[in-house]
Amino acid sequence: MNASDATVAAPQALPAVKLDRLPLLLLPALALLALPLMGSFSTWVTLTVAGLAMGMIIFIIASGLTLVFGLMDVLNFGHGVFIALGAFLAATVLGSMTDWTASESLLINLLAVLPAMLVAMAVAGGVGYAFERVIIRPVYGQHLKQIMITMGGMIIGEELIKVIWGPQTIPLPLPAAFRGSLLLGDAAVEKYRLIAVVIGLVVLGAMFWVLGRTKIGLLIRAGVQDREMVECLGYRIRKLFVGVFVAGSALAGLGGVMWGLYQQNVTPQMGAQVNVLIFIVIIIGGLGSVGGCFIGALLVGLLANYTGFLVPKVALFSNILLMVLILLWRPQGIYPVAKR
Amino acid sequence: MALISRALSGDLPRNRILTALLIAIVAGLALAPFVFPGAKALNVAAKICIFIVLVASFDLLLGYTGIVSFAHTMFFGIGAYGVAIALTRLGPSWAAVGTGIAAALALSFGLSLVIGLFSLRVKAIFYAMITLAVASAFQTFASQLSEITGGEDGLNFKVPELLSPGFSLVEQPFLGVSVDGKLISYYLLFAVTVVLFLVMLRIVNSPFGRVLQAIRENDFRAEALGYRTVVYRTCSNVLSAGFATLAGALLALWLRYNGPDTSLSFDIMIDILLMVVIGGMGTLYGAVIGASLFVIAQNYLQDLMKLASDAAAGIPLLPNLVHPDRWLLWLGILFVLSVYHFPAGIVGRLRGKK
Repeated sequence: MNASDATVAAPQALPAVKLDRLPLLLLPALALLALPLMGSFSTWVTLTVAGLAMGMIIFIIASGLTLVFGLMDVLNFGHGVFIALGAFLAATVLGSMTDWTASESLLINLLAVLPAMLVAMAVAGGVGYAFERVIIRPVYGQHLKQIMITMGGMIIGEELIKVIWGPQTIPLPLPAAFRGSLLLGDAAVEKYRLIAVVIGLVVLGAMFWVLGRTKIGLLIRAGVQDREMVECLGYRIRKLFVGVFVAGSALAGLGGVMWGLYQQNVTPQMGAQVNVLIFIVIIIGGLGSVGGCFIGALLVGLLANYTGFLVPKVALFSNILLMVLILLWRPQGIYPVAKR
Repeated sequence: MALISRALSGDLPRNRILTALLIAIVAGLALAPFVFPGAKALNVAAKICIFIVLVASFDLLLGYTGIVSFAHTMFFGIGAYGVAIALTRLGPSWAAVGTGIAAALALSFGLSLVIGLFSLRVKAIFYAMITLAVASAFQTFASQLSEITGGEDGLNFKVPELLSPGFSLVEQPFLGVSVDGKLISYYLLFAVTVVLFLVMLRIVNSPFGRVLQAIRENDFRAEALGYRTVVYRTCSNVLSAGFATLAGALLALWLRYNGPDTSLSFDIMIDILLMVVIGGMGTLYGAVIGASLFVIAQNYLQDLMKLASDAAAGIPLLPNLVHPDRWLLWLGILFVLSVYHFPAGIVGRLRGKK
């Protein structure tokens, strides 16, 4: 039974939104394709978990950016600053709680990381609010200016981070219980990566719940589809947008904490470096789509880890390669947003 | 007067202060070795010349056509690497310089054409992101091919004898300055800069340049008038890449060294963006003003800030804010303010006042 039969059978019903499943198959396809190349199953498991963890962190960072772009057509080149900010705040908070992070107990470690994440999210969200007010608000609808202004915001933000924390690289060691790996059969899986996958899934779940099951989420999705129509129905999309921007910045702060722990050090330039990565992800995803962004992030993470193991030289360009391939297949990204 | 107007393609500065500024800059650059003694001053003057070409070529894209590209340093780097690799491999001869420049131009034209055709059909934002990604990949690529490009260490090489510092044309110093390879290099650089700048001025004031400006103002309307905007945009992209490549070649010849940080780094991209916007988009004179101001600030503002930083010692946070390494913070703020309050930059501001 195919789709055309269904429409013939029930012509009066509203046409159901067809779920585009093809991109979903990309992930298992990529993973299975890599399996015979690896040689051993345990290596494959290790790399797959590592790739998923990296993908999850990238997703957390990029999701805010893609929503902001989808909702208001604003591309924030300064997004990277919030990532760096989150990471630096984590370094400060965790640095002041060395007793707790040195403890072997997972619970106490989590109790140390949790406030670090909360502080990072709160501050990044707050700075995001100011950023929207001061930097972005005057240039709605003017793309050229937006790119330049947010780039300027990025420069200023990076320099301010250097003013506060200094220009040097700060080590951000993992809490004691997060270090080392678990053995699943023969496969060694780093504990922190598992934690990253869990946190990533929680964020993903929360985001899908908010977007799919709440009124606010409904408005956001409607706004991404057609902003003017939502405004006509009497909702203040501007306020909604500010909320999304703050939430996106807070998520970038959270992602920054996780990215910093993943790299185990933080530098003021990290924002600019991650920026390139998340732009690739949201282009792959389709500029504005959360689902596409998720698949794109996981694809980038998996491919980076697989190629890093198989052909390290290619790994440096795997992202670009992936982007080109995806754009050749679907020029608008995996899940193009309707009006663009 | 008619001759000057002709040389400037009829696009005169149209403002007294601006004219005075430009004459001061050109005179300063022309007489730099004699008026400002010392190696640092000459370096600053040479850097201003190189950046005038580079920034003007970026303005061709950003200011005249309304395309934001973050891959401009890639072409700059290709030019620098072209000369550097050719001189390392083929030895210091003019033929090697020519080969390097030709190969670099070919590569730049090819790359910019591909990128342009691939992504100029779509929105400005998309193009900005694609070029950002491509440029960062190219930078990694250049530092990975260490057998050819020297990797992170870069390449040190010898330039043709006429330009090498050891060479001296006449025994006696002329007006107190010894006529050596450094001086000859500087004047070669200066002459090439003037020629390239006038060529670009010719391009933007030609009918072709008018179409580019029409596309910037309203691409839909330009298309409706019968101009194939994709073709024009791609042409503008290729031309600007070519000029950036030549600027890169000049940089390599001047420094006798090239590495990823001197020509490819993203910091330079940001510098160019700041120079174009602060100087004034959509007018090539903006490139002259912006580049001169920025390079001078880069080299001398830091000394000034050091004084301020020392004076502010003891007050919390303030010394850090005016620390000499934080000069980019202040230029960043100036950049944001200029995008808001005088989007046409210094030149636009001056011209507007009449």
